[in-house]
Amino acid sequence: MQPLSNRAKILAKKPMTLAERAYLPAIFQGLSITMRHFFSKKATIRYPEETRPFSPIFRGLHVLKRDEQGRERCTACGLCAVACPAEAITMVAGERKKGEEGLYREEKYAVSYEVNMLRCIFCGLCEEACPKAAVYLQADKMAPPRFERDEFIYGKDRLVEPVSPDARSQRGIQLTPEQAEVLRNKMAQQPA
Amino acid sequence: MELPALGWQALVILVVFGVSLLIATYSTYAERVIAAFLQDRVGPDRAGPFGLLQPLADAVKLFTKEEFFPAGSNRALFVFGPCLAMVTALMASAVIPFGNYLQFGSTIIWLQGIEVNIGMLYVFGVVSLGVYGIMIGGWASNNKFSLLGAIRAASQNISYELAMGLSLIAVLMISETLSLREITLQQSVPGEWQFWNIVKQPLGFIIFIVCAFAETNRTPFDLPECETELVGGYHTEYSSMKMGLYLFAEYINVFVASAVMSVLYFGGFNFPFQYELRAFLAESQGMVTAHNIVTGLGVVAIFVKIFSFIFFFMWVRWTLPRFRYDQLMRLGWTILIPLAIFNILLTGG
Repeated sequence: MQPLSNRAKILAKKPMTLAERAYLPAIFQGLSITMRHFFSKKATIRYPEETRPFSPIFRGLHVLKRDEQGRERCTACGLCAVACPAEAITMVAGERKKGEEGLYREEKYAVSYEVNMLRCIFCGLCEEACPKAAVYLQADKMAPPRFERDEFIYGKDRLVEPVSPDARSQRGIQLTPEQAEVLRNKMAQQPA
Repeated sequence: MELPALGWQALVILVVFGVSLLIATYSTYAERVIAAFLQDRVGPDRAGPFGLLQPLADAVKLFTKEEFFPAGSNRALFVFGPCLAMVTALMASAVIPFGNYLQFGSTIIWLQGIEVNIGMLYVFGVVSLGVYGIMIGGWASNNKFSLLGAIRAASQNISYELAMGLSLIAVLMISETLSLREITLQQSVPGEWQFWNIVKQPLGFIIFIVCAFAETNRTPFDLPECETELVGGYHTEYSSMKMGLYLFAEYINVFVASAVMSVLYFGGFNFPFQYELRAFLAESQGMVTAHNIVTGLGVVAIFVKIFSFIFFFMWVRWTLPRFRYDQLMRLGWTILIPLAIFNILLTGG
Protein backbone atom coordinates (compact mmCIF):
# COMPACT_ATOMS: atom_id res chain seq x y z
CA MET A 1 0.00 0.00 0.00
CA GLN A 2 1.16 3.49 -0.83
CA PRO A 3 1.90 5.43 2.37
CA LEU A 4 -0.27 8.51 2.74
CA SER A 5 2.50 10.65 4.17
CA ASN A 6 6.24 10.42 4.58
CA ARG A 7 5.95 10.40 8.36
CA ALA A 8 5.50 6.64 8.64
CA LYS A 9 8.29 5.11 10.70
CA ILE A 10 9.14 1.46 10.29
CA LEU A 11 9.75 -0.17 13.62
CA ALA A 12 11.66 -3.38 14.03
CA LYS A 13 11.12 -5.47 17.12
CA LYS A 14 14.60 -6.03 18.43
CA PRO A 15 15.63 -7.45 21.79
CA MET A 16 16.39 -4.81 24.40
CA THR A 17 19.98 -4.07 25.28
CA LEU A 18 21.22 -4.62 28.81
CA ALA A 19 20.96 -0.91 29.61
CA GLU A 20 17.36 -0.89 28.42
CA ARG A 21 16.52 -4.01 30.37
CA ALA A 22 18.00 -2.59 33.55
CA TYR A 23 15.41 0.24 33.37
CA LEU A 24 17.49 2.48 35.62
CA PRO A 25 18.93 4.70 32.82
CA ALA A 26 15.44 5.21 31.44
CA ILE A 27 14.15 5.99 34.93
CA PHE A 28 16.85 8.62 35.46
CA GLN A 29 16.02 10.08 32.07
CA GLY A 30 12.39 10.35 33.09
CA LEU A 31 13.30 11.86 36.44
CA SER A 32 15.43 14.50 34.75
CA ILE A 33 12.55 15.40 32.45
CA THR A 34 10.14 15.87 35.34
CA MET A 35 12.76 17.85 37.25
CA ARG A 36 13.12 20.21 34.30
CA HIS A 37 9.38 20.79 34.47
CA PHE A 38 9.64 21.39 38.23
CA PHE A 39 11.67 24.52 37.56
CA SER A 40 9.96 25.59 34.38
CA LYS A 41 7.53 28.47 34.15
CA LYS A 42 4.06 27.56 35.35
CA ALA A 43 1.13 27.76 32.97
CA THR A 44 -1.36 28.62 35.70
CA ILE A 45 -3.08 32.01 35.73
CA ARG A 46 -4.28 32.68 39.28
CA TYR A 47 -7.64 33.98 38.13
CA PRO A 48 -9.11 36.58 40.44
CA GLU A 49 -5.73 38.24 40.93
CA GLU A 50 -4.41 37.75 37.41
CA THR A 51 -6.48 37.77 34.28
CA ARG A 52 -5.67 36.46 30.87
CA PRO A 53 -5.00 39.40 28.51
CA PHE A 54 -7.79 39.98 26.01
CA SER A 55 -7.14 40.08 22.32
CA PRO A 56 -7.37 43.66 20.98
CA ILE A 57 -10.24 42.58 18.71
CA PHE A 58 -12.08 40.75 21.50
CA ARG A 59 -15.85 41.30 21.35
CA GLY A 60 -17.22 41.63 24.86
CA LEU A 61 -19.93 43.60 26.55
CA HIS A 62 -21.95 46.09 24.46
CA VAL A 63 -21.80 49.82 24.93
CA LEU A 64 -24.05 52.52 23.49
CA LYS A 65 -21.72 55.35 22.59
CA ARG A 66 -22.22 59.05 22.96
CA ASP A 67 -20.86 61.60 20.55
CA GLU A 68 -18.17 64.12 21.45
CA GLN A 69 -20.79 66.46 22.94
CA GLY A 70 -22.11 63.78 25.20
CA ARG A 71 -25.32 63.08 23.23
CA GLU A 72 -26.52 59.54 22.65
CA ARG A 73 -25.77 58.51 19.09
CA CYS A 74 -28.46 55.85 18.84
CA THR A 75 -31.44 56.81 16.74
CA ALA A 76 -33.38 53.59 17.30
CA CYS A 77 -33.43 52.65 13.64
CA GLY A 78 -33.55 48.95 14.55
CA LEU A 79 -30.92 47.83 12.06
CA CYS A 80 -28.91 46.17 14.83
CA ALA A 81 -31.97 44.21 15.93
CA VAL A 82 -32.56 43.11 12.35
CA ALA A 83 -28.92 42.15 11.90
CA CYS A 84 -28.78 40.22 15.16
CA PRO A 85 -28.76 36.48 14.34
CA ALA A 86 -29.62 35.59 17.93
CA GLU A 87 -32.48 38.09 18.24
CA ALA A 88 -31.02 39.45 21.41
CA ILE A 89 -31.78 43.14 20.88
CA THR A 90 -35.11 44.82 21.48
CA MET A 91 -35.78 48.52 21.51
CA VAL A 92 -38.55 51.05 21.75
CA ALA A 93 -38.17 54.26 19.74
CA GLY A 94 -39.38 57.65 20.85
CA GLU A 95 -39.39 61.23 19.60
CA ARG A 96 -37.01 63.75 21.02
CA LYS A 97 -38.86 66.50 22.93
CA LYS A 98 -37.97 70.14 22.75
CA GLY A 99 -35.15 70.96 25.13
CA GLU A 100 -33.63 67.50 24.93
CA GLU A 101 -31.33 68.38 22.06
CA GLY A 102 -28.36 68.11 24.39
CA LEU A 103 -29.23 64.49 25.26
CA TYR A 104 -29.96 62.88 21.91
CA ARG A 105 -28.23 63.63 18.67
CA GLU A 106 -31.07 62.66 16.35
CA GLU A 107 -34.76 63.55 16.48
CA LYS A 108 -35.62 59.94 17.18
CA TYR A 109 -33.99 58.10 20.02
CA ALA A 110 -34.23 54.81 21.87
CA VAL A 111 -36.53 55.08 24.90
CA SER A 112 -35.49 51.62 25.88
CA TYR A 113 -32.75 49.48 24.44
CA GLU A 114 -32.26 45.98 25.81
CA VAL A 115 -29.70 43.31 25.03
CA ASN A 116 -30.27 39.83 26.38
CA MET A 117 -26.76 38.66 27.23
CA LEU A 118 -27.91 35.05 27.43
CA ARG A 119 -29.05 35.14 23.82
CA CYS A 120 -26.22 37.27 22.47
CA ILE A 121 -23.48 35.36 20.69
CA PHE A 122 -21.13 38.37 20.59
CA CYS A 123 -20.74 38.13 16.82
CA GLY A 124 -20.50 41.88 16.35
CA LEU A 125 -23.04 42.11 13.52
CA CYS A 126 -24.93 44.86 15.39
CA GLU A 127 -21.74 46.86 15.44
CA GLU A 128 -21.37 46.40 11.68
CA ALA A 129 -25.02 47.23 10.98
CA CYS A 130 -25.13 50.45 12.98
CA PRO A 131 -25.22 53.51 10.67
CA LYS A 132 -24.66 55.91 13.55
CA ALA A 133 -21.61 54.21 15.07
CA ALA A 134 -23.61 53.91 18.29
CA VAL A 135 -23.23 50.31 19.40
CA TYR A 136 -19.88 48.72 20.03
CA LEU A 137 -18.65 45.53 21.66
CA GLN A 138 -15.96 46.46 24.16
CA ALA A 139 -12.64 44.65 23.99
CA ASP A 140 -12.01 44.69 27.73
CA LYS A 141 -15.33 43.88 29.42
CA MET A 142 -17.40 40.73 29.70
CA ALA A 143 -20.91 40.10 30.93
CA PRO A 144 -20.27 38.80 34.45
CA PRO A 145 -22.08 35.72 35.80
CA ARG A 146 -25.28 36.33 37.75
CA PHE A 147 -27.81 34.26 39.64
CA GLU A 148 -31.05 35.28 37.92
CA ARG A 149 -31.94 35.14 34.24
CA ASP A 150 -33.58 38.57 34.15
CA GLU A 151 -30.38 40.12 35.43
CA PHE A 152 -28.84 39.29 32.07
CA ILE A 153 -31.18 41.59 30.20
CA TYR A 154 -29.10 44.74 30.03
CA GLY A 155 -31.09 47.94 29.69
CA LYS A 156 -29.92 51.42 28.83
CA ASP A 157 -28.85 51.97 32.44
CA ARG A 158 -26.07 49.48 31.94
CA LEU A 159 -25.42 49.92 28.23
CA VAL A 160 -25.13 53.63 27.58
CA GLU A 161 -21.65 55.00 27.97
CA PRO A 162 -21.57 56.47 31.45
CA VAL A 163 -21.26 60.19 31.94
CA SER A 164 -19.16 61.61 34.64
CA PRO A 165 -21.19 63.69 37.10
CA ASP A 166 -18.13 65.62 38.13
CA ALA A 167 -16.80 68.15 35.60
CA ARG A 168 -13.26 67.81 36.94
CA SER A 169 -13.15 64.05 36.48
CA GLN A 170 -10.99 62.70 33.68
CA ARG A 171 -13.10 59.57 33.31
CA GLY A 172 -16.02 59.25 30.92
CA ILE A 173 -17.67 61.96 28.90
CA GLN A 174 -18.60 65.13 30.69
CA LEU A 175 -21.94 66.80 30.18
CA THR A 176 -22.36 70.53 30.27
CA PRO A 177 -24.37 71.84 33.25
CA GLU A 178 -27.35 72.45 31.00
CA GLN A 179 -27.28 68.90 29.65
CA ALA A 180 -26.97 67.50 33.15
CA GLU A 181 -29.93 69.57 34.30
CA VAL A 182 -32.16 68.22 31.50
CA LEU A 183 -31.00 64.67 32.22
CA ARG A 184 -31.73 65.02 35.92
CA ASN A 185 -35.25 66.33 35.23
CA LYS A 186 -35.90 63.48 32.83
CA MET A 187 -34.67 60.90 35.34
CA ALA A 188 -36.92 62.43 38.01
CA GLN A 189 -39.99 62.08 35.78
CA GLN A 190 -39.40 58.42 35.05
CA PRO A 191 -40.95 55.92 37.43
CA ALA A 192 -38.34 54.05 39.38
CA MET B 1 15.72 4.08 84.92
CA GLU B 2 14.94 6.94 87.25
CA LEU B 3 11.64 8.76 87.11
CA PRO B 4 12.87 12.10 85.67
CA ALA B 5 14.68 10.24 82.92
CA LEU B 6 11.52 8.25 82.28
CA GLY B 7 9.59 11.50 82.06
CA TRP B 8 12.03 12.84 79.50
CA GLN B 9 11.71 9.62 77.58
CA ALA B 10 7.93 9.96 77.53
CA LEU B 11 8.33 13.50 76.25
CA VAL B 12 10.62 12.31 73.47
CA ILE B 13 8.10 9.63 72.51
CA LEU B 14 5.31 12.20 72.41
CA VAL B 15 7.40 14.52 70.27
CA VAL B 16 8.28 11.72 67.86
CA PHE B 17 4.59 10.81 67.67
CA GLY B 18 3.58 14.39 67.01
CA VAL B 19 6.31 14.97 64.47
CA SER B 20 5.32 11.82 62.56
CA LEU B 21 1.73 13.03 62.38
CA LEU B 22 2.76 16.54 61.41
CA ILE B 23 5.04 15.30 58.66
CA ALA B 24 2.32 12.99 57.34
CA THR B 25 -0.13 15.91 57.36
CA TYR B 26 2.16 18.13 55.41
CA SER B 27 3.16 15.28 53.10
CA THR B 28 -0.35 15.49 51.66
CA TYR B 29 0.22 19.17 50.95
CA ALA B 30 3.75 18.57 49.66
CA GLU B 31 2.51 15.80 47.40
CA ARG B 32 -0.04 18.07 45.79
CA VAL B 33 2.36 20.97 45.38
CA ILE B 34 5.16 18.78 44.01
CA ALA B 35 2.75 17.04 41.65
CA ALA B 36 1.57 20.42 40.45
CA PHE B 37 5.08 21.77 39.96
CA LEU B 38 6.16 18.70 38.03
CA GLN B 39 3.15 19.23 35.78
CA ASP B 40 3.73 22.97 35.27
CA ARG B 41 0.92 23.95 37.63
CA VAL B 42 1.05 25.77 40.97
CA GLY B 43 -1.02 23.48 43.20
CA PRO B 44 -3.17 24.46 46.19
CA ASP B 45 -2.43 28.07 47.11
CA ARG B 46 -5.75 29.40 48.38
CA ALA B 47 -6.00 28.27 52.02
CA GLY B 48 -3.66 30.49 53.99
CA PRO B 49 -0.28 31.77 52.79
CA PHE B 50 0.97 29.50 49.97
CA GLY B 51 -1.97 27.22 50.77
CA LEU B 52 -0.28 26.07 53.96
CA LEU B 53 -3.63 25.56 55.69
CA GLN B 54 -4.75 23.16 52.97
CA PRO B 55 -4.22 20.04 55.15
CA LEU B 56 -6.54 21.57 57.77
CA ALA B 57 -9.16 22.24 55.14
CA ASP B 58 -8.78 18.66 53.90
CA ALA B 59 -9.19 17.31 57.42
CA VAL B 60 -12.35 19.35 57.99
CA LYS B 61 -13.69 18.08 54.68
CA LEU B 62 -12.93 14.45 55.52
CA PHE B 63 -14.45 14.71 58.98
CA THR B 64 -17.70 16.16 57.68
CA LYS B 65 -18.15 13.50 55.00
CA GLU B 66 -20.76 10.81 55.41
CA GLU B 67 -19.72 7.70 57.32
CA PHE B 68 -20.62 4.95 54.93
CA PHE B 69 -20.90 1.24 55.67
CA PRO B 70 -21.46 -0.96 52.63
CA ALA B 71 -24.22 -3.55 52.80
CA GLY B 72 -23.01 -6.96 53.92
CA SER B 73 -19.78 -5.60 55.30
CA ASN B 74 -18.29 -6.75 58.54
CA ARG B 75 -18.73 -3.59 60.57
CA ALA B 76 -16.20 -4.31 63.29
CA LEU B 77 -13.45 -5.32 60.90
CA PHE B 78 -14.40 -2.49 58.56
CA VAL B 79 -13.54 -0.01 61.32
CA PHE B 80 -10.59 -2.04 62.57
CA GLY B 81 -8.81 -2.07 59.18
CA PRO B 82 -7.88 1.63 58.93
CA CYS B 83 -7.10 1.77 62.66
CA LEU B 84 -4.61 -1.08 62.33
CA ALA B 85 -3.03 0.51 59.27
CA MET B 86 -2.59 3.76 61.17
CA VAL B 87 -1.33 2.23 64.43
CA THR B 88 1.27 0.02 62.78
CA ALA B 89 2.47 2.91 60.65
CA LEU B 90 2.92 5.07 63.73
CA MET B 91 4.56 2.35 65.82
CA ALA B 92 7.45 1.93 63.40
CA SER B 93 8.82 5.40 64.10
CA ALA B 94 9.42 4.50 67.77
CA VAL B 95 12.87 2.96 67.31
CA ILE B 96 14.28 5.43 64.81
CA PRO B 97 17.17 7.42 66.31
CA PHE B 98 16.48 11.03 65.40
CA GLY B 99 19.56 12.29 67.13
CA ASN B 100 22.45 11.62 69.44
CA TYR B 101 21.98 12.22 73.17
CA LEU B 102 21.49 15.56 74.82
CA GLN B 103 23.17 16.12 78.18
CA PHE B 104 21.81 18.43 80.88
CA GLY B 105 23.84 18.06 84.06
CA SER B 106 23.71 14.39 84.84
CA THR B 107 20.60 13.68 82.80
CA ILE B 108 21.19 12.12 79.40
CA ILE B 109 18.34 12.19 76.94
CA TRP B 110 18.55 10.10 73.81
CA LEU B 111 16.55 11.56 70.96
CA GLN B 112 14.95 8.25 70.17
CA GLY B 113 11.60 6.74 71.18
CA ILE B 114 12.97 3.52 72.58
CA GLU B 115 16.31 1.85 72.08
CA VAL B 116 15.97 -1.87 71.47
CA ASN B 117 18.77 -4.13 70.38
CA ILE B 118 16.54 -5.64 67.69
CA GLY B 119 15.49 -2.27 66.23
CA MET B 120 15.64 -3.31 62.62
CA LEU B 121 13.70 -6.53 63.25
CA TYR B 122 11.09 -4.50 65.11
CA VAL B 123 10.67 -2.13 62.18
CA PHE B 124 10.31 -5.07 59.82
CA GLY B 125 7.80 -6.80 62.06
CA VAL B 126 5.64 -3.73 62.53
CA VAL B 127 5.78 -2.66 58.90
CA SER B 128 4.76 -6.11 57.70
CA LEU B 129 1.82 -5.94 60.11
CA GLY B 130 0.66 -2.91 58.17
CA VAL B 131 -0.50 -5.06 55.29
CA TYR B 132 -3.07 -6.63 57.63
CA GLY B 133 -4.77 -3.26 57.92
CA ILE B 134 -5.14 -3.19 54.15
CA MET B 135 -6.20 -6.85 53.97
CA ILE B 136 -8.78 -6.59 56.74
CA GLY B 137 -10.21 -3.40 55.26
CA GLY B 138 -10.36 -4.86 51.78
CA TRP B 139 -11.95 -8.07 52.95
CA ALA B 140 -14.46 -6.46 55.30
CA SER B 141 -15.73 -4.15 52.54
CA ASN B 142 -17.61 -7.02 50.86
CA ASN B 143 -16.54 -5.70 47.48
CA LYS B 144 -14.71 -7.56 44.73
CA PHE B 145 -12.48 -4.63 43.84
CA SER B 146 -11.50 -4.06 47.45
CA LEU B 147 -10.72 -7.73 47.91
CA LEU B 148 -8.61 -7.82 44.73
CA GLY B 149 -6.73 -4.77 45.93
CA ALA B 150 -6.15 -6.37 49.31
CA ILE B 151 -4.89 -9.59 47.75
CA ARG B 152 -2.55 -7.63 45.53
CA ALA B 153 -1.26 -5.69 48.53
CA ALA B 154 -0.59 -8.91 50.41
CA SER B 155 1.18 -10.69 47.58
CA GLN B 156 3.18 -7.60 46.71
CA ASN B 157 4.30 -6.98 50.27
CA ILE B 158 5.30 -10.59 50.81
CA SER B 159 7.27 -10.69 47.54
CA TYR B 160 9.14 -7.49 48.18
CA GLU B 161 9.74 -8.07 51.87
CA LEU B 162 11.96 -11.00 50.90
CA ALA B 163 14.20 -8.92 48.66
CA MET B 164 14.17 -6.11 51.22
CA GLY B 165 15.22 -8.44 54.00
CA LEU B 166 17.96 -9.96 51.87
CA SER B 167 19.35 -6.55 50.92
CA LEU B 168 19.29 -5.65 54.59
CA ILE B 169 21.26 -8.74 55.56
CA ALA B 170 24.23 -7.32 53.67
CA VAL B 171 24.07 -4.18 55.82
CA LEU B 172 23.76 -6.25 58.98
CA MET B 173 26.81 -8.30 57.94
CA ILE B 174 28.81 -5.08 57.99
CA SER B 175 27.32 -3.63 61.15
CA GLU B 176 26.95 -6.92 63.10
CA THR B 177 24.07 -5.41 65.05
CA LEU B 178 20.34 -4.90 64.62
CA SER B 179 20.19 -1.79 66.78
CA LEU B 180 19.48 1.26 64.66
CA ARG B 181 21.40 3.48 67.07
CA GLU B 182 24.48 1.26 66.82
CA ILE B 183 24.21 1.20 63.03
CA THR B 184 24.07 4.98 62.96
CA LEU B 185 27.00 5.44 65.31
CA GLN B 186 29.10 2.97 63.34
CA GLN B 187 28.73 5.07 60.23
CA SER B 188 30.84 7.78 61.77
CA VAL B 189 33.51 6.76 64.24
CA PRO B 190 35.64 9.63 65.52
CA GLY B 191 39.23 9.55 64.39
CA GLU B 192 38.93 6.98 61.64
CA TRP B 193 37.64 7.09 58.10
CA GLN B 194 34.19 5.53 58.29
CA PHE B 195 31.72 6.70 55.77
CA TRP B 196 28.01 6.09 55.25
CA ASN B 197 26.86 2.63 54.27
CA ILE B 198 25.75 3.79 50.82
CA VAL B 199 29.41 3.73 49.79
CA LYS B 200 29.79 0.09 50.80
CA GLN B 201 26.33 -1.01 49.71
CA PRO B 202 25.28 0.84 46.54
CA LEU B 203 23.59 -2.23 45.03
CA GLY B 204 21.92 -3.06 48.32
CA PHE B 205 20.61 0.48 48.56
CA ILE B 206 19.04 0.35 45.10
CA ILE B 207 17.34 -2.95 45.97
CA PHE B 208 16.22 -1.54 49.30
CA ILE B 209 14.75 1.64 47.87
CA VAL B 210 12.86 -0.25 45.15
CA CYS B 211 11.44 -2.55 47.81
CA ALA B 212 10.60 0.45 50.00
CA PHE B 213 8.51 1.84 47.16
CA ALA B 214 6.71 -1.49 46.92
CA GLU B 215 6.24 -1.81 50.67
CA THR B 216 4.66 1.62 50.98
CA ASN B 217 2.39 0.93 47.98
CA ARG B 218 3.66 4.00 46.18
CA THR B 219 3.75 4.44 42.41
CA PRO B 220 5.09 2.62 40.39
CA PHE B 221 4.02 -0.13 42.81
CA ASP B 222 0.58 1.18 43.75
CA LEU B 223 -1.27 -1.84 42.40
CA PRO B 224 -3.41 -2.27 45.54
CA GLU B 225 -5.19 1.00 44.77
CA CYS B 226 -4.87 0.88 41.01
CA GLU B 227 -7.60 3.31 39.95
CA THR B 228 -7.77 2.25 36.33
CA GLU B 229 -8.56 -1.36 37.15
CA LEU B 230 -9.86 -1.53 40.71
CA VAL B 231 -11.78 1.74 41.16
CA GLY B 232 -9.89 2.60 44.34
CA GLY B 233 -8.53 -0.79 45.35
CA TYR B 234 -8.75 -1.71 49.02
CA HIS B 235 -10.26 1.63 50.06
CA THR B 236 -13.00 1.71 47.39
CA GLU B 237 -15.79 1.49 49.98
CA TYR B 238 -14.22 3.80 52.51
CA SER B 239 -15.35 7.33 53.12
CA SER B 240 -14.86 10.07 55.67
CA MET B 241 -11.96 9.87 58.12
CA LYS B 242 -11.56 6.10 57.75
CA MET B 243 -10.46 6.83 54.21
CA GLY B 244 -8.35 9.64 55.63
CA LEU B 245 -6.63 7.21 58.00
CA TYR B 246 -5.64 4.94 55.12
CA LEU B 247 -4.21 7.83 53.14
CA PHE B 248 -2.51 9.13 56.27
CA ALA B 249 -1.02 5.73 57.05
CA GLU B 250 0.51 5.68 53.59
CA TYR B 251 2.27 8.97 54.21
CA ILE B 252 3.49 7.87 57.62
CA ASN B 253 4.85 4.73 55.97
CA VAL B 254 6.67 6.90 53.47
CA PHE B 255 8.11 8.93 56.33
CA VAL B 256 9.22 5.79 58.20
CA ALA B 257 10.70 4.25 55.07
CA SER B 258 12.60 7.48 54.42
CA ALA B 259 13.85 7.53 58.01
CA VAL B 260 14.96 3.90 57.86
CA MET B 261 16.82 4.51 54.60
CA SER B 262 18.51 7.58 56.07
CA VAL B 263 19.62 5.58 59.08
CA LEU B 264 20.73 2.44 57.27
CA TYR B 265 22.45 3.91 54.24
CA PHE B 266 22.93 7.64 54.76
CA GLY B 267 24.38 7.85 58.23
CA GLY B 268 21.25 8.90 60.11
CA PHE B 269 22.02 11.91 62.27
CA ASN B 270 25.68 12.03 61.27
CA PHE B 271 26.86 14.80 59.04
CA PRO B 272 30.29 15.50 57.57
CA PHE B 273 32.88 17.20 59.78
CA GLN B 274 30.75 16.87 62.90
CA TYR B 275 33.71 15.90 65.09
CA GLU B 276 35.80 18.77 63.78
CA LEU B 277 32.89 21.10 64.49
CA ARG B 278 32.45 19.69 67.98
CA ALA B 279 36.14 20.07 68.74
CA PHE B 280 36.05 23.62 67.42
CA LEU B 281 33.00 24.53 69.54
CA ALA B 282 34.39 22.76 72.61
CA GLU B 283 37.24 25.27 72.79
CA SER B 284 34.87 28.16 73.46
CA GLN B 285 31.70 26.53 74.81
CA GLY B 286 32.89 23.53 76.73
CA MET B 287 32.50 19.91 75.79
CA VAL B 288 28.89 19.39 76.93
CA THR B 289 27.39 22.41 75.19
CA ALA B 290 29.38 21.67 72.05
CA HIS B 291 28.03 18.13 72.05
CA ASN B 292 24.46 19.36 72.49
CA ILE B 293 24.82 21.82 69.62
CA VAL B 294 26.21 19.12 67.35
CA THR B 295 23.36 16.82 68.37
CA GLY B 296 20.86 19.52 67.45
CA LEU B 297 22.49 19.93 64.07
CA GLY B 298 22.39 16.15 63.71
CA VAL B 299 18.61 16.22 64.15
CA VAL B 300 18.47 18.82 61.39
CA ALA B 301 20.71 16.58 59.28
CA ILE B 302 18.53 13.50 59.60
CA PHE B 303 15.40 15.48 58.83
CA VAL B 304 17.05 16.98 55.75
CA LYS B 305 17.81 13.43 54.62
CA ILE B 306 14.28 12.26 55.40
CA PHE B 307 12.70 15.16 53.55
CA SER B 308 14.95 14.52 50.55
CA PHE B 309 13.75 10.93 50.48
CA ILE B 310 10.11 11.97 50.82
CA PHE B 311 10.65 14.36 47.94
CA PHE B 312 12.22 11.55 45.95
CA PHE B 313 9.21 9.31 46.67
CA MET B 314 6.90 12.00 45.30
CA TRP B 315 9.17 12.84 42.38
CA VAL B 316 9.15 9.19 41.30
CA ARG B 317 5.41 8.95 41.79
CA TRP B 318 4.76 11.73 39.30
CA THR B 319 7.32 10.40 36.83
CA LEU B 320 6.83 6.68 36.42
CA PRO B 321 3.71 4.83 35.33
CA ARG B 322 2.38 1.83 37.24
CA PHE B 323 3.76 -1.67 36.69
CA ARG B 324 1.61 -4.41 35.30
CA TYR B 325 0.97 -7.19 37.80
CA ASP B 326 3.13 -9.79 36.02
CA GLN B 327 5.93 -7.25 35.61
CA LEU B 328 5.74 -6.52 39.30
CA MET B 329 6.07 -10.18 40.22
CA ARG B 330 8.85 -10.81 37.71
CA LEU B 331 10.83 -7.84 39.01
CA GLY B 332 10.41 -8.98 42.58
CA TRP B 333 11.12 -12.67 42.26
CA THR B 334 13.46 -13.07 39.29
CA ILE B 335 15.49 -9.87 39.51
CA LEU B 336 15.54 -8.32 42.95
CA ILE B 337 15.87 -11.49 45.03
CA PRO B 338 18.76 -12.97 42.97
CA LEU B 339 20.40 -9.54 42.96
CA ALA B 340 20.05 -9.31 46.72
CA ILE B 341 21.58 -12.76 47.20
CA PHE B 342 24.41 -11.77 44.87
CA ASN B 343 24.89 -8.66 46.98
CA ILE B 344 25.17 -10.80 50.11
CA LEU B 345 27.81 -12.94 48.41
CA LEU B 346 29.64 -9.81 47.33
CA THR B 347 29.58 -8.42 50.87
CA GLY B 348 30.67 -11.72 52.37
CA GLY B 349 33.46 -12.24 49.85
